[in-house]
Amino acid sequence: MEALHFSFDGGRAPAPFAPALVGVVASGNLEVLVEPAAGTGCRIDVDTSARGFGAIWEAVLRDFHERHGLAGIAVSIHDMGATPAVVSLRLDQAVSAIRGATP
Amino acid sequence: MSGASFAEMSARERLAAVVDAGSFHEWLPPSERVMSPHLAQLGVPAAFDDGVAIGRATLDGCAIFVAAQEGEFMGGGVGEVHGAKLAGLLRRALRDRPAAVVMLAESGGVRLHEANAGLIAVSEVMRALLDVRAAGIATVMLIGGANGCFGGMGIVARCADTVVMSDIARHAMSGPEVIESSHGAGEFDSRDRALVWRTTGGKHRWLTGDCDALVEDDPAAFRAAAVAALGTHRPMTLAALQQESALLQRRTDVDGDNADAFELWALLGVPDAQAVPDLDAAAVRVRRPVALAALANGGA
Repeated sequence: MEALHFSFDGGRAPAPFAPALVGVVASGNLEVLVEPAAGTGCRIDVDTSARGFGAIWEAVLRDFHERHGLAGIAVSIHDMGATPAVVSLRLDQAVSAIRGATP
Repeated sequence: MSGASFAEMSARERLAAVVDAGSFHEWLPPSERVMSPHLAQLGVPAAFDDGVAIGRATLDGCAIFVAAQEGEFMGGGVGEVHGAKLAGLLRRALRDRPAAVVMLAESGGVRLHEANAGLIAVSEVMRALLDVRAAGIATVMLIGGANGCFGGMGIVARCADTVVMSDIARHAMSGPEVIESSHGAGEFDSRDRALVWRTTGGKHRWLTGDCDALVEDDPAAFRAAAVAALGTHRPMTLAALQQESALLQRRTDVDGDNADAFELWALLGVPDAQAVPDLDAAAVRVRRPVALAALANGGA
């Protein structure tokens, strides 16, 4: 297992939201938990069963940040070997979930 | 039919579809991060909810407690935290006395990574479930996940007042691969999917009296069956246990040389037994009275 940590700046805070969970920890899948966090950054913590893919995670998560530009959030990921496309879809699903959820 | 497949849904989607819309209040939600202490040591990613969502909700306006196991995470295996969440929910039911405890079960049994902790957890869940049932609170198991309900959870399920299964659900003690690896493919060929389903599937469980409702693979059908079970109490008396034991003995007598399910159905007088796997749930439902009458008489 490998733990990766990323932080992105320059986003905008979303409307207040309740924590949201999407996805499942299963082969080729991942779960994404999005929570409000103090500060103006977008923090992303990844626990993944697949070692050695840090550069790809960085690229996928940077794309995510460029798409949504969120600040004041913490994203926690438990991954079991999801492909980059699945990761991107789950992240977009998580953003949809917090936009539809009220605190 | 609502169009959705109960088997294909996630645990949280099923839970939301079964209880009254928007009524679920979760205890120990993912953001609390009450996770397995064992998986990280083994280098396996944990899940924020340890594979089970628990909480309170309403069902047809009645206050209930509810749990849903996620079969995609570790095959729904019961680890220490997962089991403690189920047992805690049941113990809280003894205190708060909801109308029912509804469990959406999908599990291969004890999570092998957690060995003894998981075994102890399952036994605690059984004990707590029997206490809840004895307290006169309706206990309802909904079995419809793709992974079925096996091992320790297979036993837990049969401790409840009411067991609801879909025609594609499976319920047993040892899973097909376990039986094959211990007794050989001649005993049970786990790759023969038709054999596996007609031996452990909902239709067989229904025809031989092991489940109390047989529904289509549809969340609305599971919800309706759960509502219908709200008032069902089956006190576990000595007489009831003796009756159950006698029924099982007669089933063994009828099925003397370990017949295939096809033969057993035919022995019990089920009309058109060979066609059962292709029938829908409604057509199988109407075939039960003759089978149960035959079992009561020790054969057709």
